[in-house]
Amino acid sequence: MSRVVRIYLDYNATSPPFADVVATVARVLAEDFGNASSVHAFGQRAKAVVDDARQEVAALIDADAGEVVFTAGGTEADNLALRGAAEAVEPLGRRHVITTAIEHEAVLNTLKSVARRGWTVTTLPVDESGVVTPDALRAALTPETSLVSVMHANNEVGTIQPIAELAAIAREHGAIFHTDAVQSAGKIPVSARRLGVDLLAISGHKFGGPKGIGALWVRRGVRLAQAMTGGKQERNRRAGTENVPAIAGLGVAARLSREKLAANSSGFAELRDRLERGILEGVPGSSVNGDPARRVPNTTNISFDGVEAESLLIALDLEGVAVSTGSACSSGSLEPSHVLRAMGLPHGRTRNSLRFSLGAGTTPAEIDFVVEALPGLVTKLRRLTRAAAAVR
Amino acid sequence: MRVVVAMSGGVDSSVAAALLAAAGHDVVGLSMQLYDQRTEGEAFGSCCSLDDLYDARRVAQTIGFPHYLVNFEERFRQKVVQNFVAEYAAGRTPIPCVHCNADLKFAELVERAAAFNAESVATGHYARVVFDEDDRRYKLLRAVDRDKDQSYFLFSLTQTQLAHAMFPVGHLTKPEVRQEAQRLGLAVAAKPDSHEICFVADGDAGGFVERALPDGPREGEVVDATGRVLGRHGGVHRFTVGQRKGLGLSSPIPLYVLKVDAAEARVVVGPREALGRDEMTASGVNWISGTPPATAMRVTARIRHRHQDAPATVTALTGARAHVRFDDPQMAITPGQAAVFYQGEEVVGGGWIE
Repeated sequence: MSRVVRIYLDYNATSPPFADVVATVARVLAEDFGNASSVHAFGQRAKAVVDDARQEVAALIDADAGEVVFTAGGTEADNLALRGAAEAVEPLGRRHVITTAIEHEAVLNTLKSVARRGWTVTTLPVDESGVVTPDALRAALTPETSLVSVMHANNEVGTIQPIAELAAIAREHGAIFHTDAVQSAGKIPVSARRLGVDLLAISGHKFGGPKGIGALWVRRGVRLAQAMTGGKQERNRRAGTENVPAIAGLGVAARLSREKLAANSSGFAELRDRLERGILEGVPGSSVNGDPARRVPNTTNISFDGVEAESLLIALDLEGVAVSTGSACSSGSLEPSHVLRAMGLPHGRTRNSLRFSLGAGTTPAEIDFVVEALPGLVTKLRRLTRAAAAVR
Repeated sequence: MRVVVAMSGGVDSSVAAALLAAAGHDVVGLSMQLYDQRTEGEAFGSCCSLDDLYDARRVAQTIGFPHYLVNFEERFRQKVVQNFVAEYAAGRTPIPCVHCNADLKFAELVERAAAFNAESVATGHYARVVFDEDDRRYKLLRAVDRDKDQSYFLFSLTQTQLAHAMFPVGHLTKPEVRQEAQRLGLAVAAKPDSHEICFVADGDAGGFVERALPDGPREGEVVDATGRVLGRHGGVHRFTVGQRKGLGLSSPIPLYVLKVDAAEARVVVGPREALGRDEMTASGVNWISGTPPATAMRVTARIRHRHQDAPATVTALTGARAHVRFDDPQMAITPGQAAVFYQGEEVVGGGWIE
């Protein structure tokens, strides 16, 4: 069904690729088809493409190119980090890992799998703005702790964790520190070195790159077992023929994101604040979830009292506005967000919350359209809910 | 006009959506997620499984209208499953589909539809709804396809609900529906019909109820009409009036369940002749017109889905109850099932057999 308006405010789910990325992927796919592991000229050409991209990715996260391992996306990077580190340190006998209640499923479910190998998993709580406190980490450390995984920025509320502080605590304790930086890379400055972490995961399609490509930064000297076995690609860290076109696209996206980072950051924040202000003023009974100060500039998570977010999301989509809520279950239907629950929101409010996430393509006119459309939709949904409750 | 179509992933609701889209309506497909789909390694019911949701989505993609999932797990549990379990535990034989229709599809879904600026909710039911200009009332009619008619499951719809209901395949036969699906290239054209209770995956309702009973099954005695103990049973929820199998008795003549007495945890059995009764009362009666008939009414009454409705006289009682006297005795009038009253094509009302 064609509609006049299509407004995309779900950049944290995925972002449209930069035009340059699309062109690069197409060109490399067609022209640089060699296997990057081959000795001959075709292989060398492909290898050059991969190495160029590695340089760009390293620059985006302020790291050495030699420490960047390409993976098939953020989830695989998290898997390699956690499974790889767990398996590598296991022989030392310290089998305790600490994580947080607001991690992405890529971390939470991977650690469930690690737990089945005989590990103990401690899940740290967060405060009501979604932040893990250094004290909580200190209290959870035991002599057995050898691995800590805390995300950099949260995908649902955007809250930024005090990673440098947390990583320092882990380091002092002799534990490996992994951070899932999928939602921060490309949105705010990310320096692997200054954060002081050992492992850092990113995903291409969250900042204008292709889907199915990501990277794990592995601090030199950190031992990782292979999560994927096979050939010796990626310095024996990730087997499988390199996805050269996607890697090339990731490189371009990393470069463009880095170049535009300063401008984007303030631009996103300005539009996000305009959206937030507009909604809070226009819709009574709306409130922002998360830490208004420490969060990525493109994300806001808003509760609408008495409104089922599932309905509001569909109503908005029928008006041409794409947003999201919580995480989807296997069927695609919506479940109350584990992040909002961890932040202590009452059950009702976890079902009332929508995430708006902006990006490079977002315009002020789009924001104004949403601000104008929302009050009417919310009023209507509230009226119907009340009417239905009265009938019952 | 915007219409919400409740899509199960089956051929009927798929064709319903297709017909509405072809008629120029702005179709929005909604599929209800009714129970947890995540548990691995466990079989799911025959309807609205992940495969069915996929099928519904493919139909929407093929025809080109938006399709969403709505999470009705909690409501389904409260309004349909809990009632189902409670009814069996009370010795009755429930029909969850009626509650699903009246309390979810034509209640919650209508409310959602209104939020999306849709005036109506359409389903793939085989039934018809018409507006009678003389009466200024909606009428619920049997489907054209007598074999597939589902009007029995819709007896509890009110005038307000009927005003928002559309049954686009009600005037077609099942073969015609399949043909239409084929013509439109819908992948579900040859999909088999679902028959079982959707949330009971293995068809074992007794087992399902047993797992859901907080205090476990209530075992008791199997007795004959005179009270003589013939054996023991593993729980009243495993029995329904008219049932012959699973009694665990050896008897020279076939024995049938005549009555399930949950209070005494007792199952009464007897010969087939003893199953016939010519009168019954119904509670929770809904009159489609909105008004109970002032005097006794000649109808044909149906006491279960696969029952040939039989001539009867129905009299409205106070408290939304009704008395039904059949011209001839009917076999196995089963508490918990619905008695639905027809006049020719028209459903005039119905209620729950007491």
